[in-house]
Amino acid sequence: MKLTVWTYEGPPHVGAMRVATGMKGLHYVLHAPQGDTYADLLFTMIERRNHRPPVSYTTFQDRDLGADTAYLFKDACNDAYERFKPEAIIVGASCTAELIQDDPGGLAETLGLPCPVIPLELPSYSRKENFGADETFFQIVRHLARPMDRTAHVTCNLIGPTGLGFRHRDDVIELTGLLEELGVTVNVCAPMGATPTDITTLGQAHFNVLMYPETGEMAARFMEREFGQPFTKTVPIGVGATRDFIEEVRAITGQHGDIDESRLRMPWWSASVDSTYLTGKRVFIFGDATHVKTSARIARDEMGFEVVGLGCYNREFARDIRALGKEYGVEALITDDYLDVEKRIEELAPEMILGTQMERHIGKRLGIPCAVISAPVHVQDFPARYSPQMGFEGANVIFDTWIHPLVMGLEEHLLAMFREDFEFHDDNGASHHGGKIDLRDVAPTAPIQSEAPAVPQVQTDGTIVWVPAAEKELKKIPFFVRGKAKRNTEKYAAELGVTEITVDTLYEAKAHYAR
Amino acid sequence: MKDFPNTPAKGCGDTPILKERGQREVFCGLTGIIWLHRKMQDAFFLVVGSRTCAHLLQSAAGVMIFAEPRFGTAILEEKDLAGLADANDELDREVERLLSRRPDIKQLFLVGSCPSEVIKLDLSRAAERLSERYLPDVRVVNFSGSGIETTFTQGEDTCLAAMVPNLPHSDERSLLVAGALPDVVEDQMRDLLSKMGIENVQVLPAANAASERGIGPNTVFALAQPFLGETHAELIRRGCRHITAPFPFGAQGTTAWLRAIATEFGVPDDLFEQVTAAPRARAEKAIAAHAQDLNGKSVFFFPDSQLEIPLARFLSNECGMNAIEIGAPYIQKSIVGADLDLIPEGPTLSEGQDVDLQLDRARAARPDITVCGLGLANPLEAEGLTTKWAIELVFTPVHFYEQAGDLAGLFSRPMRRKAAIKAFHPNRMEAAE
Repeated sequence: MKLTVWTYEGPPHVGAMRVATGMKGLHYVLHAPQGDTYADLLFTMIERRNHRPPVSYTTFQDRDLGADTAYLFKDACNDAYERFKPEAIIVGASCTAELIQDDPGGLAETLGLPCPVIPLELPSYSRKENFGADETFFQIVRHLARPMDRTAHVTCNLIGPTGLGFRHRDDVIELTGLLEELGVTVNVCAPMGATPTDITTLGQAHFNVLMYPETGEMAARFMEREFGQPFTKTVPIGVGATRDFIEEVRAITGQHGDIDESRLRMPWWSASVDSTYLTGKRVFIFGDATHVKTSARIARDEMGFEVVGLGCYNREFARDIRALGKEYGVEALITDDYLDVEKRIEELAPEMILGTQMERHIGKRLGIPCAVISAPVHVQDFPARYSPQMGFEGANVIFDTWIHPLVMGLEEHLLAMFREDFEFHDDNGASHHGGKIDLRDVAPTAPIQSEAPAVPQVQTDGTIVWVPAAEKELKKIPFFVRGKAKRNTEKYAAELGVTEITVDTLYEAKAHYAR
Repeated sequence: MKDFPNTPAKGCGDTPILKERGQREVFCGLTGIIWLHRKMQDAFFLVVGSRTCAHLLQSAAGVMIFAEPRFGTAILEEKDLAGLADANDELDREVERLLSRRPDIKQLFLVGSCPSEVIKLDLSRAAERLSERYLPDVRVVNFSGSGIETTFTQGEDTCLAAMVPNLPHSDERSLLVAGALPDVVEDQMRDLLSKMGIENVQVLPAANAASERGIGPNTVFALAQPFLGETHAELIRRGCRHITAPFPFGAQGTTAWLRAIATEFGVPDDLFEQVTAAPRARAEKAIAAHAQDLNGKSVFFFPDSQLEIPLARFLSNECGMNAIEIGAPYIQKSIVGADLDLIPEGPTLSEGQDVDLQLDRARAARPDITVCGLGLANPLEAEGLTTKWAIELVFTPVHFYEQAGDLAGLFSRPMRRKAAIKAFHPNRMEAAE
């Protein structure tokens, strides 16, 4: 038993739903109690889908458990076939149905439905959403796809995009265009947009582009083994990764189509002098492994940030992310407990977080700006505009997304120079964001602060005390670097064995950590 | 019924109920925790369940709107199911860790889920055991929010019902109002009752355990929510007496609800008039502004919160709408009978659900507004129907006079919106990708 407040991933059957909902012509019959239908709203509300997910729930109740729940499942299967006439059906159990052991796969087989029926075994008490999606898609491919002759021209399959994926919709468009420039046509994009019939033709592509290892790696490995299709290892998020991806595709195909980089603005935007203020910004990165890996490279090599910490919530990729941590000289955090993440962020006091919606909330609480780089998704992660993460346009989008939460260029200096000016009051935050404070509420507090408070307001673990003057001085430091200054000063004081921080200690620490 | 000028010649009280069995597109009772934990400021709700339970709570709540929530899920793991770990020991350990970290918790609810029910984890015994250990500091209570036993708002019912046996005994004459209400609404209610001279008023759930008062044979109770069947039964068991009334929605519903209480407490008619006249007039005025958009329009309710019948009463009597179908997860005539009698005969009354069949009926009827869950709203909008998310009716202050206009507004706004953007409404868009 493990106490959980917020989760990064849903249960594995939600992963199966992401596959089913991404596809067309497929139906999912899920043995589940009343209430599990909540998962529909993830798709209809967060993703604003205009169709119900293609899922039939058996909705068993207490009174059914004493009798027979198997017939409920069979009825649901028959009804689903009659009503929706799918090309194929996947069947499985949610967490509760797993406990009553009705064997949906076996039951469905006895019905003799006139379409392929694919049973899913998704262990709800040990695995999670990404595994559910990966395993489901793998089973669909394993059951439906067969080796085939290759197409005459060079084609590939796009593997991994699902319903409710982080920017999958736009990544597919961006990559399709990029591959087109390279002389490669997309044979099938799956799961998203594919029918079961399309799945049967996966084998005719020359290779696979594995877009999201979290949800497509098992299928890609299967096709490599069974159909002799190589798959790409680079996920093209960021300028460097996109260029590497292009080289990887060229190596696989021997095609050398010219790539037009004229719409790639990100490198110049990053090099232009206005971006100087980004130099060495201390960032903490957390999310799914794929987005963390690609973000770390962008952060360090393309934005000029300092990566002070990173980690992922999907344990399947723990080894990769630990290795990545080593490469960046930090200890990777592998956890699905957001309290651990919060603790690590508090310890590191980064100037920016690249994370998920969870970290966005952590950032709000700690006063640290955050840009979202990864699922779990929120309605904000489905913008109306085109905003991919992959390819050159993706790099442009990422540049904008990441700098938006920050205080920009000259504004940073103005805040430092005139930090007591009401226009630049700390609580105002960045000028391009909303949520301005009412200065009438702030003004009266100033004289109170000038009197030395009896108890210092700066909270430490109790071993170090800030004297009021030092605390006041700390407040003059702009809010976006104050956390760092506080942390450095306390660390410095602790190293020297000083228990009382004065204004001098503050500036000695500043000099000590200057570079 | 003098408070209802539009009382129909024949109501829906005897309308046969269409009972359906099939896929239900509803939440389970755990969802109630989302508002109950805000209402009870010293309570923590510990769901003993699966990752699905945790995912439901955060999805239904909207991801992480509350920084430090007073609810969490003890997720069962493989070793708990395989008997490798004693689930009770595990639970005790998690509770100890939680209570040591959160000394502000005075009431701990162990909430049963589908998996905990199926593996027959006895949470009521666990609650007794833990109560013995932590009382008087913390009271531990068990209720079920599992989907195999409860639908959506029934979770609040099972929670309140579990609290009733713990309420102290009192022979004092008092009024208890059951059903969690937003603070602002509760204050308005207390104010109205107080002006009528009814002072000894307690609510269930109270804001915290310390403010609970006693109940007994001299306690009368009114329900502020129609889904409290078990709570009703528990209160009767404690000797309390129920004041039946239509539910306090809209000007007429509120007046009738208050009048039933006033009559019980012998409030003189002129005092009742004096207290209610002004807010009632305000409510009528506010409703009238929205009723212009609603008058003569049809409404179709998918089952959700059990609020459907009282709301259909409000929309029929006070906003001039025609109900086509009123679907509810359960229909308890002993509780919603007064409202049923006031709805003009005509609508289909349905209990339970087979969502595909019900969708077929809604598509055939093409109602002007469809009240349904979040899983159905956008798909129906895409088919050209106008919808109202049912969950908002539970999360928004809608009871009593001052909210009557807001309640009508919840139904008129989707219609006004559809009209405002009519020229550009896509109706049938391509699939989301």
